[in-house]
Amino acid sequence: MKAQVGGYARAEDMAHAIRLLADAEGMGRVLAGGQSLVAALNMGLSFGDLLVDITGLSDLRGVREEDDRLVIGALMRHADVATDPLIARHVPLLAQAAPLIAHEAIRNRGTIGGSLAHADPAAEFPACAVALDAVIRLTGPDGEREVAATDFFRDVFETEMREGEILTGIVVPKTQAGERHVIREAARRAGDYAIAGLAVVIRGGAHRIAAFGTGPTPLLCTVAMERLDAGDVDGAVSALSDALDPPSDTQGSAAYRRHLAGVLLHRIATELGEDV
Amino acid sequence: MTDAFRNRIDLELTVNGEAVELTVPAGRHLIDLLRLDLGLTGSHAGCEHGVCGACTVLVDGAPVRGCLTLAPQLGGADVWTIEGLTDRGLVADLQAAFVARNALQCGYCTPGMLVAAKALIDAGGTPSRAEIREHMSGNYCRCTGYEAIVDAVETVARDRAEGAMS
Repeated sequence: MKAQVGGYARAEDMAHAIRLLADAEGMGRVLAGGQSLVAALNMGLSFGDLLVDITGLSDLRGVREEDDRLVIGALMRHADVATDPLIARHVPLLAQAAPLIAHEAIRNRGTIGGSLAHADPAAEFPACAVALDAVIRLTGPDGEREVAATDFFRDVFETEMREGEILTGIVVPKTQAGERHVIREAARRAGDYAIAGLAVVIRGGAHRIAAFGTGPTPLLCTVAMERLDAGDVDGAVSALSDALDPPSDTQGSAAYRRHLAGVLLHRIATELGEDV
Repeated sequence: MTDAFRNRIDLELTVNGEAVELTVPAGRHLIDLLRLDLGLTGSHAGCEHGVCGACTVLVDGAPVRGCLTLAPQLGGADVWTIEGLTDRGLVADLQAAFVARNALQCGYCTPGMLVAAKALIDAGGTPSRAEIREHMSGNYCRCTGYEAIVDAVETVARDRAEGAMS
């Protein structure tokens, strides 16, 4: 099918982008890499949209340090995230996650901001944001605000973003000494959406586990985290299974997804030298 | 609605080394720009939602999905398709290896396969079969079963690496 869009405008700067979205009166859609949006438009899931192209907003590109935090611009493409030296050094979880996303041709255009704003429940970056305790930065008609990643994802494709807002970046604490990052997922084919996946961060001796592909949003698995902190891997797997309420679909049943999540947690614990 | 939003977009870009000027509908994706507006039918529109890889072309040197790349965003872009790559001989060894190894039957996926394989080969080195499979996993072929495609890509990677050493 062909995309039926209402119109297209290229934003010259942030103020212009915000104005365009306001003018669109609810029909505005922010366009960046377009790797989810254009697919949805082609499939006729949405039509008449007024596309606001933000790829010319150079402020949203690149990565910069703000004290002990890293600010990653929304327009950083997955391919950029995979190779950026600051991200590799300070947030290896994102560098590990990027190659798991789709295929090279898609990673060359899809952006981290788009992935977060789209909030696909099986996507890697939203889960990483939750595991990293990151903050999502938004700009709207009333100015800038920040939302904790743990509060940002509300439901399938639903976030705390308000009408007229643009996701400008993600703010991530830099790794501390001894911090460990691991992301693992199970997919039928390289590049497919995960049937189940886990992003794990160990910071200051405490674990943070975010599960993805196993429910409507990435889920911070707090009880499993406490069990792992106590060195109880089997207890953590059992707690993870209790916490997850995955969907059954053509990719796998709920029971299979729960099982896979447990297998992944065991593997991650082994990799981190905790499965003794 | 405001007149800031346009239904038709004026574009200037480069395709296969030639400057192109045209006006496209706001919802036009790159693969239709190439096939319908420019008559470059070598790249194929398969699934039109980014899954099959038949529409893979180069934009600014990097492979992208033609069906997920919105044409209005391509002002100033440098686009290469199978036609241009063939004319310049940039994938000649890959094409020869695909023929020699029977790495195609109906040929529908082949232009996309060649563009995807070119990116891997141009990166240098001799990728393992697993790495080739991983890299090519975004391109569907319904005829060959992939084994011959992996063979062809592997052969070219080895030949180029040996050529670079000798």
